[in-house]
Amino acid sequence: MWETFLGLYNYWIVILLMMAGFYIVMSRHNLVKKLIGLNIFQSAVFLFYISVGKVKGATAPIVEPGISSYSNPLPHVLILTAIVVGVATVSLGLALVVRLKEAYGTIEEDEINEMDAAD
Amino acid sequence: MSGGTLIALALLIPLAGAGLIALSWRRPNLRESVTIATAVLLFAVNVRLAIGVLDGETPTLRVVEPVEGVPIAFAIEPLGMLFGLVASFLWIVTSFYSIGYMRANGEARQTRFYACFALALGATMAVAFSGNLLTTFIGYEALTLTTYPLVTHHSDAKSVRAGRTYLGILLGTSIALLLPGIVATWMLAGTLDFRAGGILSGTASDGVVLLLLGLYMFGIGKAALMPIHRWLPAAMVAPTPVSALLHAVAVVKAGVFVALKVIVYVFGIDLLNSSGAGAWLVWIATITLVLASVVALTKDNLKARLAYSTVSQLAYVVLAGALATQWGVLGGGMHIAMHAFGKITLFFCAGAIYTALHKTEVSQMGGIGRAMPVTMLAFLIGALSVAGLPPGGGTWSKWYIALAAAETGHLVIVGALMLSTLLNIAYFMPIVARAWFAPRAAIHPARSAGAMAAPDGGEGLKEAPLFCLIPLSLTALGCVALFVFASELETFLAPMIDGLSTKGR
Amino acid sequence: MGEHLPILQVILPLIAAPVCLLIRHAVLCWLIATLVSWVCLAIAILLLLQALEGGAIRYQLGSWVAPWGIEYVVDRLNGFILVIVAAIGAVVTPYALRSVAEELPERQIGLFYVMYLLCLSGLLGITITGDAFNVFVFLEISSLSSYALISMGRHRKALHAAYQYLVMGTIGATFFLIGVGLLYLMTGTLNMADLAEQLKPLAGSRIVLAAFGFIVVGMGLKLAVFPLHLWLPNAYAHAPSAVSVFLAGTATKVSLYVVLRFIFTVFGFEFSFVGQPFGPALLVLAIAGIVVCSLVAIYQDNVKRLLAWSSVAQIGYMLLGLSFATALGLQAGLLHIFNHALMKAGLFLAMGCVVLRLGSCRIEAIAGVGRSMPWTMTGFLLCGLSLIGVPLTAGFVSKWYLVLAALEKGWWPVAALIVLTSLLAVVYIWKVVEAAWFRDPPGTAGRIGEAPLVMLVPLWIVVAANLWFGFETSGSVDVAKAAALALMGAVE
Repeated sequence: MWETFLGLYNYWIVILLMMAGFYIVMSRHNLVKKLIGLNIFQSAVFLFYISVGKVKGATAPIVEPGISSYSNPLPHVLILTAIVVGVATVSLGLALVVRLKEAYGTIEEDEINEMDAAD
Repeated sequence: MSGGTLIALALLIPLAGAGLIALSWRRPNLRESVTIATAVLLFAVNVRLAIGVLDGETPTLRVVEPVEGVPIAFAIEPLGMLFGLVASFLWIVTSFYSIGYMRANGEARQTRFYACFALALGATMAVAFSGNLLTTFIGYEALTLTTYPLVTHHSDAKSVRAGRTYLGILLGTSIALLLPGIVATWMLAGTLDFRAGGILSGTASDGVVLLLLGLYMFGIGKAALMPIHRWLPAAMVAPTPVSALLHAVAVVKAGVFVALKVIVYVFGIDLLNSSGAGAWLVWIATITLVLASVVALTKDNLKARLAYSTVSQLAYVVLAGALATQWGVLGGGMHIAMHAFGKITLFFCAGAIYTALHKTEVSQMGGIGRAMPVTMLAFLIGALSVAGLPPGGGTWSKWYIALAAAETGHLVIVGALMLSTLLNIAYFMPIVARAWFAPRAAIHPARSAGAMAAPDGGEGLKEAPLFCLIPLSLTALGCVALFVFASELETFLAPMIDGLSTKGR
Repeated sequence: MGEHLPILQVILPLIAAPVCLLIRHAVLCWLIATLVSWVCLAIAILLLLQALEGGAIRYQLGSWVAPWGIEYVVDRLNGFILVIVAAIGAVVTPYALRSVAEELPERQIGLFYVMYLLCLSGLLGITITGDAFNVFVFLEISSLSSYALISMGRHRKALHAAYQYLVMGTIGATFFLIGVGLLYLMTGTLNMADLAEQLKPLAGSRIVLAAFGFIVVGMGLKLAVFPLHLWLPNAYAHAPSAVSVFLAGTATKVSLYVVLRFIFTVFGFEFSFVGQPFGPALLVLAIAGIVVCSLVAIYQDNVKRLLAWSSVAQIGYMLLGLSFATALGLQAGLLHIFNHALMKAGLFLAMGCVVLRLGSCRIEAIAGVGRSMPWTMTGFLLCGLSLIGVPLTAGFVSKWYLVLAALEKGWWPVAALIVLTSLLAVVYIWKVVEAAWFRDPPGTAGRIGEAPLVMLVPLWIVVAANLWFGFETSGSVDVAKAAALALMGAVE
């Protein structure tokens, strides 16, 4: 029983972060907070990929005498790409928020919606 | 020239005409000359084709095959030829009439008017000559779309609303009912060609045949069976030449023509008889023709009265087909031509009265016969023909339809036909009687209150321009000619009913 | 040279983008973008022809052997999609010259073409790659550039629309990433062909099922499947006209392709349709989308927004074809991808011309515009007829096959629904046509002229294509059929 919870603790963290991030995106009206939520959501996936690649008791995939098991490096490399994408997304999102602030004078989505509905 | 080339010409001439009309928008005289030249050319092509058809040929043309097994193809049989001939001949007459009417009433957007008119005729040719259901459908939809700008010609709120009704009903029924009917036919029969004896026999149960017949008859909204007739009165907001040629001849006849063709070449009258599907159609048509006549009685607006009269007369043709006998089909085919001449005359007269005296309501028409004797004489002849009385051509077609009804033992329907004729007389004759015998109302109703003794309010001739007068006299003469030479028409249509079983007892 | 076509297809626009960024000069950038788009179209056509003749082309990136290296694969299906994307790109760029110059500030124009080229490269990359993770990378390249493109719209609403799209799009892409991760977890491979092999014995696995769910929902967001479509109407309505044309013709189509590729090639027909009620679920969503979004479209006042809602509805038709799970249905769906790209691109092109002259595309603003811009509005009318599905236009052909596919299944009500919903399209298209042709222009409006030739020619090329593919259908139908059979054949 405890094995399931504690032994897989990294996956539980992934799920927790994912849900938290998703919740923030859905529930907040503040555009910056939404982006933070989005970022947490993505980070959860990064963690997930990294966990998948790790083999217990294994080491980094560098050939050394006396070592027989290596972690899978491929997910880590993959997620490097995804991290870059995530950074790009957040920076583009923040740039948009700056422009939105200039155009609407607010970064609260409900206020922006009101103004959109008005014209 | 081969038959295929001629068909292609018949389709392309109106298109080219429309293009030239649009190009010559700066010069009205040139524009109208182009219209007339196009109309004459089209009629010539039709005559040339008709000679071939009389010799027993079947001109065909195959264009492309957009979906597997269903080409865009044309093939002319006698009924389509007759329809093409009538429509193209009356287009010449209407073109002259349009010149008089449009100029006298100072209508705007005349270029669009003439161009769309030509396009509509092109679509009519496509319907008339189509060799399968898909081609028919394309022509049918094109006809709706090209006549829409004519219906909304005045571009005011009223005509836009009428245009919506027009488009909504015609496109709506055709897409929601006719198209599924066609698709279902394809699924059942594996072909959409028109063939003597029909393509559906032996492929479907009686229930399905009944359902399909319903899809077709209500899907062909242009045939104006009740309760989908509302678009026709709505279309009366158009200028009178449009009502005359399109909404008394081309569009509505395209409807009943397609209906008749579907009955004869898709279902086949044998199938209609054996499945019993024709029976309910007979009743719907009968109810429509009586009810529409009654409604016509209540209309004071002359064009509205004529429109309801058209609804009633269209139901004759559907009824003729539904009776599913040789006589019925012959009568239906003839009625397409007979009613065309009669009703176009009546519309021409209505337009002439409007042009000369600016009167639209029947109740205002007291004594106008003395101002417009030629017009009202033509009106009388047209009315007699539509009602089915000598010396109008309509006599014969109604005779055959009644014969078919009697032959199949539908005595009630014979009675309904007689009743309808009486109603026809009841709504037409008061107009004629009032025009000749009632005291003269003031010619300009707007000024009548103050200026009873205005100089132009007195006696004297005040006919419409000659451009209007000559066409309406011609079509009135046509009605009489059709009465005299009805047998020629019969010979023309004979090949169509030759293939049919003798009768459907 | 010939064997390197698959990589050139993607790399050309990818390299051209930074080159444009360095140049920044509006007209030069335009010239580069146009040339690249046309070369891409030529390459795409060559690839499709090769794939049709000789079967799938496999290209090992950097000669790293699959399944370890990244592999590009062109078969009949994605060859078809490549041609659609490249063709829309090739039509849009000439058009963009005037349209973009009018709608964007001078200093942004160079950047516009940078983003456009990135977007093109991303879309082509998604289509051509045979590697699941590579799909994600290209997906993000195209998405990030399209957020930027949309935000360039001149109204401030464009910013908001781009932001919303960014949030939704990122969630979608992340879902997709999770799905791919789960697949990797189970199989240890990312190559699609290899994945298909490795997944066969794992059909009962719940993790594979979860991966399926994540991938379909994630792409469903990008594809704007009802009810995940909320980002789309605003994005298309407020983007610069040229962007609306480009995205409407390509973005959702490519996402749909990814869905098809995964459910047929990777997961397999058996897993997707037999093992679970995916078909019926899709059917319900498709129908709901068609009906609801068509109805919403009727009530729009902004024509571009109206067209955007109609796009969501039309996506429903494509999914409907897919949900039949038959070769004929799939063929109809694929055909509709192609035909819808044509008709919607045409409609948006026409509206771009109107926006150029009037500065607006609201219904009341376009009153009477048919008389001052007859060529533009005739083009709109013809593409509109195609959207409705009038015979002799491309739209008729795909509707015809959809109805046949429904009847083949014996689903009469669905067939009837396809036909009936066409009537809704009549209503919203006619709303525009009526305003443009049959209403008098507002008195205050000055005399406006027809759109410039550089915009009319692309419009009429698309209009002609709409008519041509309704007339002479052997080309499009045969390719769609071949692609559908290949997809279905992959499972038998």
